Amino acid sequence: MLPGLRLSLGVTLLYVGLIVVLPLAALVFKASSLGFHDYWEIVSSSRALASYRVTVLCALGATVFNLFFGFALAWVLTRYRFPGWRLVDALVDLPFALPTAVAGISLTALFAANGWFGSVLEKVGIQVAYTPIGITIAMCFTSLPFVVRTVQPVLEDLDPALEEAAQSLGGSDWTIFRKVMLPLLAPALLAGVSLSFARSLGEFGAIIFIAGNQPMSTEITALLVFIRLEEYDYQAAAAVASVLLITAFVMLALTNWMQARALRYTVRN
Amino acid sequence: MSAAPTRRRPPRVGDQPIFRRTLIGLVLFIGVFLVLAPLVVIGVEAFAKGWQVYSATISHPDTLHAIMLTVLTALVAVPVNTAFGVAAAWSITKFDFWGKRFLLIVIEIPFSVSPIVAGVAYLFVYGLQGIFGPALDAWNIKILFAVPGIILASLFVTAPFVARELIPLMQAQGRDLEEAATSLGASGWRTFFSVTLPNIKWALLYGVVLCNARVMGEFGAVSVVSGNIRGQTNTLPLHIELLYHDYQATGAFAAASILAVIAVFTIIAKVALERRGAGRRASPAARPSLLSKPAENNA
Repeated sequence: MLPGLRLSLGVTLLYVGLIVVLPLAALVFKASSLGFHDYWEIVSSSRALASYRVTVLCALGATVFNLFFGFALAWVLTRYRFPGWRLVDALVDLPFALPTAVAGISLTALFAANGWFGSVLEKVGIQVAYTPIGITIAMCFTSLPFVVRTVQPVLEDLDPALEEAAQSLGGSDWTIFRKVMLPLLAPALLAGVSLSFARSLGEFGAIIFIAGNQPMSTEITALLVFIRLEEYDYQAAAAVASVLLITAFVMLALTNWMQARALRYTVRN
Repeated sequence: MSAAPTRRRPPRVGDQPIFRRTLIGLVLFIGVFLVLAPLVVIGVEAFAKGWQVYSATISHPDTLHAIMLTVLTALVAVPVNTAFGVAAAWSITKFDFWGKRFLLIVIEIPFSVSPIVAGVAYLFVYGLQGIFGPALDAWNIKILFAVPGIILASLFVTAPFVARELIPLMQAQGRDLEEAATSLGASGWRTFFSVTLPNIKWALLYGVVLCNARVMGEFGAVSVVSGNIRGQTNTLPLHIELLYHDYQATGAFAAASILAVIAVFTIIAKVALERRGAGRRASPAARPSLLSKPAENNA
């Protein structure tokens, strides 16, 4: 028996209790002090519902984009070597390293009507900044690394013998990809997708600059919580925040379950 | 990495030159727009009005104060969360106890919770509407809308970073070395510093680097608890927002350029540490969950 159980576990439990559990419990307590009727009225108000719709739809859009782009990026980074691939591999982590507020103002500068991309898109009649498209792009940026980094290791460990066997049996590349590789990659893809979706639902900093923040149309749920606070409506803030918290727990349970499944299929040697 | 291809390998799926080139081209094209352009535009916008405006913004007392506050927050939050990470990893990987899986879930919570929710949660603990608020007010202790609140919110958001690096590694390393050291008479601390630490130092540093980047860049949680008082409770990310909404875009980008440089150095440090075997090529947040490995490792 090694020494230090009491000290290390004591420190861990005390710290987790004070820093993580206590605040979240206080939030749940505050929200539940409302009573079911008032709580329901706040979380199902038309403005709250509109914010869920924008948040969820944009997050879905960003997640679908990241499913395809993230998968393509992971594929390119593991299967091909080209000049600068190390740089590309390193830059995949930029959205995690770059503070969200910085990402927010620079994406806004790019996509505003006078920005590098915004001015071009304006000519074809697409407005990105201050619309749901802008929110989706901000979410695409901040959640980009998830699918890449969950799929990459699984793709690297994929046994070439499986492909060779399928090729020797006369399968075309598309058939092999669909019937042999995709089933092996699917759990990792799903895990990455759910992480990406969860992150997009809670994102705040990168979005508020590009979103326009109009109630009922471009106001995300996290911002609604913030606005209720600024109006000193603490109970409403607690209620809407509790919706985000419950969603986060559901997503956490879902990703843990998916990742457990993902790992079942990737037995490493 | 595979060995040098001495023998001709059959082409793998997707190795046809046309497909390969198209896919690389497409990925690089989108990547340039979505990832590289936001980084480049920061530098361009920051220097849009010349070097002098840039240096005037950076050396403005409010900016300098924001930098100081951000550094101070990191100087407190990073060591505290490093100590927590080591303690959590030691207790979870070196011992078996009831409720371990549950503890692992709780440690991961800050990764999945929106930073806004974190900020609001702290309001209901230390704010006037919160559990301890009235008592703190009576004692005239200010936590919210002051530096302690900023540090607490940062502690919440980055709590899992070091722990998540260490736990999978220390689980894989097992307990044999430590058990040998203590059976030969080494104390617990001696065992940790001479046996465990040399084996986990790169992973530890990796966690520290990522934790620091997140602390310095945290926006949502901090903006709820800080009160945004210019020259008092403004961290660098909050100062960027303030300048931006003040129609001082150039100033906002100048302040942002500092954080962008830190981000680039973070990535460089990350790559360097990965070459030494730290981190399985992923940021901790994008990692398979701690739970996906069996928590009881008796190997």
